[in-house]
Amino acid sequence: MPRPNRGVPEKSKDFKGAMKKLFASLNKWKYLVIVSLVLALISAILALITPNKLSNLTDTITEGIRPQINENTIREILASEDISDQDKSAFIEMAHEMEKEGNSDNNGIGSLAKLDTLSEPVKEKIKPIMDLDKIKGIAIILLALHAVSAILNFIQAFTLTTVSNRYAKNLRAKISTKINKLPLRYFDSHETGDVLSRITNDVDMVAQNMDNTMSTLVTSITLLLGSTLMMFITNWVMAITAIIASIIGFAFSAFILKRSQKYFTARQKELGKMNGHIEEVYSGHNVIKTCNATKLVTDEFDELNKSLYDCNRKSQFLSGLMGPTMGFVGNLGYVAVCIVGAILTSNNIITFGVIVAFMIYVRMFTNPLSQIAQALTALQSIAAASERVFEFLEENEMAEEKTGFKKLKREDAKGKIEFKNVKFGYDEGKTIIKNFNLTATPGEKIAIVGPTGAGKTTMVNLLMKFYEIKDGDIIIDGISTKELTRENIHDLFIMVLQDTWLFDGTVRDNLKFNNEVRDETIWDACSTVGVDHFIRTLPGQLDAEIDNSDSISQGQKQLLTIARGMIKDAPFLILDEATSSVDTRTEEIVQRAMDKLTIGRTSFIIAHRLSTIKNANLILVMNEGNIVEQGTHEELMKKNGFYADLYNSQFKK
Amino acid sequence: MIKVFKNFKKKDYFIMLICVILMVSQVWLELKIPEFMSKVTSLVQTGSGDIGEIMVQGGFMLLCSFASLITAVIIGYFAALLSASLSLKLRSKIFNKVESFGMQEIRKFSTSSLITRTTNDVTQIEMTVAMGLQMMIKAPIMAVWAVSKILDKSVEWSALTGIGVLILLATISTILIIVIPKFERVQKLTDKVNGVTGEHLNGIRVIHAFNAEKYQEDRFEEVNNDLTKTQMFNQRMFSIMQPVMMLVNHSLTLGIYFVGALLISEAGMLDKITLFSNMVVFSSYGMQVIMSFLMLALIFMMVPRAQISAKRINEVLEEENTIKEGKFNGKTDVEGEVEFKNVTFRYPDADENIIENISFKANKGETVAFIGSTGSGKSTLINLIPRFYDVTEGEILIDGVNVKQYKESALHNKIGYIPQKAVMFTGTVKENVTYGDSGKGKVSEEAVKEALKVAQAYDFVSKMEDGVNSHIARGGTNVSGGQKQRLSIARAVARKPEIYIFDDSFSALDYKTDLNLRKELKKYTKDATNLIVAQRIGTIVNADKIVVLDKGKCVGIGTHKELLDTCEVYKEIALSQLSKEELENA
Repeated sequence: MPRPNRGVPEKSKDFKGAMKKLFASLNKWKYLVIVSLVLALISAILALITPNKLSNLTDTITEGIRPQINENTIREILASEDISDQDKSAFIEMAHEMEKEGNSDNNGIGSLAKLDTLSEPVKEKIKPIMDLDKIKGIAIILLALHAVSAILNFIQAFTLTTVSNRYAKNLRAKISTKINKLPLRYFDSHETGDVLSRITNDVDMVAQNMDNTMSTLVTSITLLLGSTLMMFITNWVMAITAIIASIIGFAFSAFILKRSQKYFTARQKELGKMNGHIEEVYSGHNVIKTCNATKLVTDEFDELNKSLYDCNRKSQFLSGLMGPTMGFVGNLGYVAVCIVGAILTSNNIITFGVIVAFMIYVRMFTNPLSQIAQALTALQSIAAASERVFEFLEENEMAEEKTGFKKLKREDAKGKIEFKNVKFGYDEGKTIIKNFNLTATPGEKIAIVGPTGAGKTTMVNLLMKFYEIKDGDIIIDGISTKELTRENIHDLFIMVLQDTWLFDGTVRDNLKFNNEVRDETIWDACSTVGVDHFIRTLPGQLDAEIDNSDSISQGQKQLLTIARGMIKDAPFLILDEATSSVDTRTEEIVQRAMDKLTIGRTSFIIAHRLSTIKNANLILVMNEGNIVEQGTHEELMKKNGFYADLYNSQFKK
Repeated sequence: MIKVFKNFKKKDYFIMLICVILMVSQVWLELKIPEFMSKVTSLVQTGSGDIGEIMVQGGFMLLCSFASLITAVIIGYFAALLSASLSLKLRSKIFNKVESFGMQEIRKFSTSSLITRTTNDVTQIEMTVAMGLQMMIKAPIMAVWAVSKILDKSVEWSALTGIGVLILLATISTILIIVIPKFERVQKLTDKVNGVTGEHLNGIRVIHAFNAEKYQEDRFEEVNNDLTKTQMFNQRMFSIMQPVMMLVNHSLTLGIYFVGALLISEAGMLDKITLFSNMVVFSSYGMQVIMSFLMLALIFMMVPRAQISAKRINEVLEEENTIKEGKFNGKTDVEGEVEFKNVTFRYPDADENIIENISFKANKGETVAFIGSTGSGKSTLINLIPRFYDVTEGEILIDGVNVKQYKESALHNKIGYIPQKAVMFTGTVKENVTYGDSGKGKVSEEAVKEALKVAQAYDFVSKMEDGVNSHIARGGTNVSGGQKQRLSIARAVARKPEIYIFDDSFSALDYKTDLNLRKELKKYTKDATNLIVAQRIGTIVNADKIVVLDKGKCVGIGTHKELLDTCEVYKEIALSQLSKEELENA
């Protein structure tokens, strides 16, 4: 079933490059691809033979209409005793007449009507004989050809479908793996939706169109060249006639295609604008209502709607023209072939069968032309889509970690961490953390405070080695983090972030998450955190399916992620305290759980609570990406700087 | 689907009638072509040598073909016109309907579903009408006519064609029956792949922190496998379709020729030629019969999909608006007065009340704050004032008049509403601040600046490239969350309302900005009534009245000091945020 190709062909930046990469990545399946393309080639060649055979068939049938007036039959009739002399002479007369006409009538059936006047016995003798055996033979050969061609076609389509689906799967898996290898920097500067669209829309685009396009191209090009060749072999005059007629028609439809393309692009653009507007209006419904802006948005909508309507109408109209135009081109070719064919036939240059063959050749010639045009458009879209996929796959990965790293086991870690003259900046040439020093002994609490957007996550990024520091060193239990693998560092930290992350799966999977632990351990952690009661209320308890939707309250989600951290049981902790997304009473429960988590661990806490801040061994005050002050609560209050200002503003009237 | 078609007007039906007439003539022309073709064929066949006659017949054939092309162009033009104008009307109708919706209806459908209904579903219908309308009318005419043409030619040939059609239809319907349910599965699995990837992207820090990269890849592998398997199955099934179609087509031609040879050899002299040219013509009619049945099959594939879209559109259009506008124009003697009288609210599909029996009164210039845990109903409560929802029991009076009696615009002109999640519109800062109509005339440049200053937004706005004329991107992605909230507040300020409603609108601000903003606001809005929903005690300690909500019920009304003594829930909330001494100092 042909897929309607109504979208806009996007332009790729580097068509050749994208295609090269596409074929290079198909390497794994190259034999299957080659086999199926060869099959497509063979089936196209088979299709090319059939018109000739059909021409034979038609000729044989025509033969079967012609009366048997030749030397043999004439002798037989004259010698026959059953036929009266009168009839014999009538027949001879007729045969002479026909011979005269025969010069201008190679089929000899023009005067068939006259034969009916002959007597029965004569007719019996000269009756046309249909060579049914020969017809049967040709028909069987033809049927076999078609059947083989159909089977080859099926195998070919089946194989290519298999390849393209496996290929798509492979691409998706590659993207998924790639996500893990990309530095965090990538996600901080790219939108989630963009990556998502690559993994679904773009991969689908490549996979769904690739198989069709490849086989269409092979088949169509073979048919085009083959039919041209066959036409010229059969009769060059007819060949030129057919080709000229088709090209005229094709030029016309190419013109339409080009025009409609313009409107398709415009249409897609208008549709995008319309979608944007609708999304904005629908999601801002409350505000639009209370601002009495309904008329405003409706006016804008009407305008967009009107221009979308114009584009719709025009593109729809032009694209609808393609079919009828191609139909007309087919008929034009047919008539041209018939007329020229008739002239040639009457001059005894070709037989009628040749015309029949040409009728099919014309179709074989015109159809591939339009199909190749369509395939080339599809190829453009494939190139553009695969370019986006490859672009993602070729993003710079996190530095490869060489072997020979030191190993610090979780059990052996004491919990001491030092920052020595650490310099860091997200952008080249812009250092935001300058010469930062800090020593945290096992079990200490370090609070990180500052207004929103002050860069508190920067500290998380550095501790977890999500980003590489520019200069200086971070040392865990005497070992430089430069000498530890990222995996090793991650193993030493528990990280509980404010935006709770749960995935689609059971409570158990969400809690143990990549740690092999027994259910008892899970329950223990849950009861320490205080979320065990909640889990018991779920159908299936630990086996209950949960996801990140709103079916679980924010507070419960927080508790679950805290329990997840507790199960991991590592010596270091990074904790992002809950803020306003949870109501104050739940917050209290969550914070009690968080406090339990900090016990016995060297903790870095992005703090929002005064109690945490006041009890911290050290407070890091951040603003606009920098660490602006550090010290204990008392020290900082005495300093009467940024921290004191921030602290006091909470209670001012 | 039929209901959707009711959007066609008389004029459209007239156009459709013309289309049908044109279509009939087109089919007539298309079926005429084989007749001329047959004449040409027999002329060539008998080789009478009269090229002129062949030219004449061929010319007729081309003329027919060209005329058919012209009718196709005209029909195409009308079909495009009809489908595009139908989608224009549908889109506009849905949009206006949604704009008239209250929050209850929006909540029922969900915003994202409403968006797809306005865009994708309408496009689906448009496509179906554009292509389907032609085919739907043409295919049956074509099928019936072509069948009638061949039936009287030969029973044997007709039977062959019938068998061909049957085989094709059987193949197509078998494949469709197997594949269509799997289509839905593919959709679901695609969503799943999207879901898992979305989780992966959002949780990338956690995944790294737990060294769970492999774990996540395995999870992805699972859904990826499922999707690939199902999709591959579908496409493999479809790969049967084309070879079968081709084979049936070719076999039919062969069969007609073969049967033709038998018939000719049996026939009398004169009949032979007639039969022969009939045979050639028949093979092309037979093809047309098959094509028209294929078209019918295609329609049967398209219609159900359009049907689903039509249903989804109708659901929106037929939704009864629960909120009915009143007639009162909003001219009152008193200003800035809000009174709740025994107000109870629950969602129509719910059993439990969200808020229950709430009464309080806010006078001009007063600040009333609402506090309580999540789900206590404080946001819902203030959402009743601008009539996003209507009360289930009791009444809400503004300036002594029930909100239900107000004209919508009159009611909203009294209110400055600032939602929890700040909404930005594509346009300039100024356009965002002066958004909509406040019923108080055009907002001057000065007023915009003043509003920005009050909302603590002037500093960052003036640092932007073009000041108040700086562009705000779609969804406000080029400003931070806190900045969005401040602009959203400025928007309300610029409306100069009698009553401000802050639905937890300070949450994205840091303490310092929060404090300055409230100070400025207090100065600027001293005649206006403020209703504030808040999480932080610090935001509301100075309110004239604090309404404490717990599970939809009012458990205390009073000032901060009073409530600390009398209201247990309030005390608990307060203590969780501030230490005792801080509370007392406040």
